[in-house]
Amino acid sequence: MKKSTNALLNAPYAVWSAIFVVVPLFIVVVYAFTDAEGHFSFDSILALKDYGHNFLISLLYSLVATVITLIIAYPFAYALSKTNEKTQRIQMMLVMLPMWMNLLIRTYSWMNILDRNGIINQLLMTLGLKPATFLGTPGAVIFGMVYNYLPYMILPIYTVMAKMDNSLVEAARDLGCNGFNVWRRLILPLSMPGVISGITMVFVPSVSTFYISQKLGNGKIMLIGDTIERQMQTLNNYNLGAALSLVLMVLILVSMFIMNRFADNSGEGGLVA
Amino acid sequence: MKTFNKIVMALVYAFLYAPLLLMVFFSFNSAKSTSVFEGFSFKWYGELFSSSDTLEALRNTLILAVASALIATVLGTIAAMGIFRVRSKFFKQTMLTVTNIPMMNPDIVTGVSLMLLFVFVGRLLGASEYLNFWTLLIAHVTFNLPYVILNVLPKLNQTDRSLFEAAQDLGAPPAKAFSMVVMPQIIPGIISGAIMAFTLSLDDFVISYYTSSGFQTLPLKIYSMTKKIVKPDMYALSSIMFVAVLALLLISNIFQMRTEKKQAKAK
Repeated sequence: MKKSTNALLNAPYAVWSAIFVVVPLFIVVVYAFTDAEGHFSFDSILALKDYGHNFLISLLYSLVATVITLIIAYPFAYALSKTNEKTQRIQMMLVMLPMWMNLLIRTYSWMNILDRNGIINQLLMTLGLKPATFLGTPGAVIFGMVYNYLPYMILPIYTVMAKMDNSLVEAARDLGCNGFNVWRRLILPLSMPGVISGITMVFVPSVSTFYISQKLGNGKIMLIGDTIERQMQTLNNYNLGAALSLVLMVLILVSMFIMNRFADNSGEGGLVA
Repeated sequence: MKTFNKIVMALVYAFLYAPLLLMVFFSFNSAKSTSVFEGFSFKWYGELFSSSDTLEALRNTLILAVASALIATVLGTIAAMGIFRVRSKFFKQTMLTVTNIPMMNPDIVTGVSLMLLFVFVGRLLGASEYLNFWTLLIAHVTFNLPYVILNVLPKLNQTDRSLFEAAQDLGAPPAKAFSMVVMPQIIPGIISGAIMAFTLSLDDFVISYYTSSGFQTLPLKIYSMTKKIVKPDMYALSSIMFVAVLALLLISNIFQMRTEKKQAKAK
């Protein structure tokens, strides 16, 4: 009786996720290794060598964006965790609110601000300066990533900081630890889990984006997401699109694996438990 | 130190809100420009509401979000109970790993993999169109499910099994014991899972972009609008969405604070 209830409860989801989560990933692999007629072929995989540059700049831009978000989010999350507890809830809401706006809208709004005739250039001109070109530069794309994913970095770091026991900091100070050492030996190791999940939450959408680069890169910067989008939606080359997606997936898995190794190592030297 | 903290926070808030406030500001522009303000007017809001396209996209988005959240909530709650009850560690771990896949994979990979599945099946069946409302609904349920499961499962883990058994000892049939004893304990998890699923579905662009054709939701509509030169009507639409989200967040926060106060009093 009990066993059959369990099976009954598990069956629908097991079937659903097998068909719509696991099988599609296999189909990506199948498409990557076949040609348009469905015959086994290495053509799409071999064609990937033309996209090395796209992978490289995607990786580079998203790494830079992740580092910048971390630099902004860390002090912000720390400052937030030190404010009056009653206002923290409202402040968290303020951090999350832009995240609830569609990414397309947020990015489009920046595109207008950074445009040749946008507000920033209008300001520059009234100050008697020459207008600058922002759109189409790597800086603009990285800027868009930082802006769109900053809350994803703030949230997890703030969560671990808010949970941190303040008496630990007091104890460290009583035992003669100075400000910097309190941070390095106590606060930093304790906040590492938040930092790690923040990095993941910023890096993964950044490295796979196509809308940010499309709008702020002015079509001049093709990230890996843009190449996938082009193959799937414009050129209808599903095989090459699948091969590119496959490499993106592997790239992300490898990055996460490296980061987790790195996190484990840094944790050891930190707080002696 | 205190002033430094305050400056950091003020700068971050300015950065986060600058584009949103500008968007609201220019939605009231009487001219067609989204960077030169000429005068105050409600003209773009009027244009927005007289456009049947936008209203239809809004209706589509809501239909999809309600349907996918509903299906995901029912299916996800049942799945969470199954995962909670199952004894085999291996099966439990496998289910949890599979649940994590759509959350860990970038949206574009989830979208492309589902699109390829639909194309593959469509070709097998000899269909001329591979994507429609149903493929979009399946995609949304698929990415909503993990969020429901991961909201309900912790609540199930917190429940006291002996209460469920006590109810049965006192003569309640299992179904009744479940609905009267277990359900009230996990309902907050179900509700937060459902709300999360609903909002994720409302907001999704990337996965919808690969799994839909013909059935236009608001994010898809915005995408096609931003391909051309945008008039302030898109800003008006965005501003309305901004105010709606703000109101929703405020209401849910007030609701949460009230329940917390009640709980504090009960203690």
